[in-house]
Amino acid sequence: MAFLTLEKITKTFGNQTTIHGIDLAVERGEFVSFLGPSGCGKTTTLRMIAGFETPTSGTIKIDGKDVTDLRPNQRNIGMVFQAYALFPNMTVADNIAFGLKVAKKSSAEIAARVKEMLALIKLPDVGNRFPYQLSGGQQQRVALARALAIQPKILLLDEPLSALDAKIRIALRDEIRAVQRSLGITTIYVTHDQEEALSMSDRICVMNEGRIEQLGTPFEIYNNPKTRFVATFVGTLNVLNGTMVDTATGRIAIDGQEVVATRGANGASTGDSLAVALRPEALSIGETEPGRNGLKGVIEEVHFLGPVVRIRVRFGDNVVSLDTFNRPHSAPPVRGEPVNVHFGHEDLLVLDRPAI
Amino acid sequence: MKRPVIGPWITIILGAIYFLVPLVATFEFSLRMKRGEYSFEAYRVVFGDPNFQASFTYSALIAVAAIIVGVLIVVPTAYIVQLKLPRLRPLVEFITLLPLVIPAIVLVFGYIRMYNSSSWIPLTNSARGTDFLLTCAYVTLALPYMYRAVDTGLRAIDIRTLTEAAQSLGSSWPRILFQVILPNVRVAVLSGAFLTFAIVIGEFTMASLLNRPAFGPYLQLVGANRAYEPAALAIIAFIITWACMGLIQLFGGGRRNDTRR
Repeated sequence: MAFLTLEKITKTFGNQTTIHGIDLAVERGEFVSFLGPSGCGKTTTLRMIAGFETPTSGTIKIDGKDVTDLRPNQRNIGMVFQAYALFPNMTVADNIAFGLKVAKKSSAEIAARVKEMLALIKLPDVGNRFPYQLSGGQQQRVALARALAIQPKILLLDEPLSALDAKIRIALRDEIRAVQRSLGITTIYVTHDQEEALSMSDRICVMNEGRIEQLGTPFEIYNNPKTRFVATFVGTLNVLNGTMVDTATGRIAIDGQEVVATRGANGASTGDSLAVALRPEALSIGETEPGRNGLKGVIEEVHFLGPVVRIRVRFGDNVVSLDTFNRPHSAPPVRGEPVNVHFGHEDLLVLDRPAI
Repeated sequence: MKRPVIGPWITIILGAIYFLVPLVATFEFSLRMKRGEYSFEAYRVVFGDPNFQASFTYSALIAVAAIIVGVLIVVPTAYIVQLKLPRLRPLVEFITLLPLVIPAIVLVFGYIRMYNSSSWIPLTNSARGTDFLLTCAYVTLALPYMYRAVDTGLRAIDIRTLTEAAQSLGSSWPRILFQVILPNVRVAVLSGAFLTFAIVIGEFTMASLLNRPAFGPYLQLVGANRAYEPAALAIIAFIITWACMGLIQLFGGGRRNDTRR
């Protein structure tokens, strides 16, 4: 049985429904990320798990127990906020000890746990400092230690790295994942950063307009997006408009040139207008090898980015973007140059609706 | 070359003269009690007057009581309005401004009418009851300052996230209020407290009409019957007020609040 379950959860604010009956099951020790754009309902769902919002309908269960109507302070959930939320009037040690004091633990037990937590976040010497004396990254590590000190059943992280600069963000996401793995704690992580979600999660729950679009491993989400939204939201994607020439063989016409898709027609019939997707990393420039698709076009734009050269190729009405490695001893392609772009049959993904 | 800016300096000098000349004159006059020489005789007489000590102590005690009651009413109110009922903010702000609009004389006549010896709650029947009424009156009088000070303090911290963080750690509402919120608006509460103290110490109308031995009526009494002592008292009252302002600055400018980068 799943450790955390959300059953038909709906949330309505006034006459606006923000969460539309979502179902989710998270296993014990699993790291699940809620990924989606602003306003998709990921934070509202997290807040309902924490108890800060009450679902309009549906049930939330933790370890088999219905917690839907429990107050936040009765759920034993650790929460890390985007804005750190450390208590400014308390030292780092007092912040970490706060939940333990509420739980009426003995002084010796509190002191030992605080020391253990400070060692876990690799800040053993900051116990006597106040939050304002720490950097943003250090504050967020202390917030993590404070949330974990009470040995919560579930750890909830609400965009914890959004306020930090890029370098610290990358270092801290590895630390959070390492701590989560070492403790084996069930974790829900809210983010709008796909790289964070892809690199940290056991599974990703992609959300849009209050619904779960797809739930799967990062590999599944990236390589086999089930909906057009997931395909376009996760990773960079080239979307091209075409027409289904023959459903049986998967032949598709794009700007007068034919290609073959072997991953299914996604419900399209022969003669239908459709949209296909191609990941930039699936595309190469050069002669089409046997058993692959090829499209002839003209280079429209070349951006030299240092290690990679980003090239935009126009086939007619459709344009694709692809990256090639910088080769120091050969000049990059130039604008207006005719090129052949090739890719595998299995790289072509037929999307559910034509591109607008 | 940059031209010297004369206009603002003239304004500052005129303002300083307007402000300082009466003060200096009053101080100078308060030193003239002994003929032909400057002395602190007026101050010695004032400090030696048992009525001064009694009235000042009484007003100070009432001020402390008003501060405690004010904090207990205003802090939870401002906290709940900001956290749970933001739509009520305009109404609450309007109510807290009323003491500035309604003259103290109107308020005190209202109190006397409501709480006189023949009313349902005859607070004016006893000295303790009247003291309580005076305390409540001062809480009302200081409400605009106390509420604004606390509200500004609460706006400066992210009370929603701090409250949620404390809740997720198992904390109850009283613990959140007294261990998390109140210590973080300490400076704001102190500002409100010192403003309340300064208002109460010099207040005359309510104390006089409720017939309580406060510092305000004492000031008036001395002013009506003596020459040099009122000047000394004016300077003393002025020093008390400025000491309160100084304490607000002292506590308000304490700790750095920025985060190291």
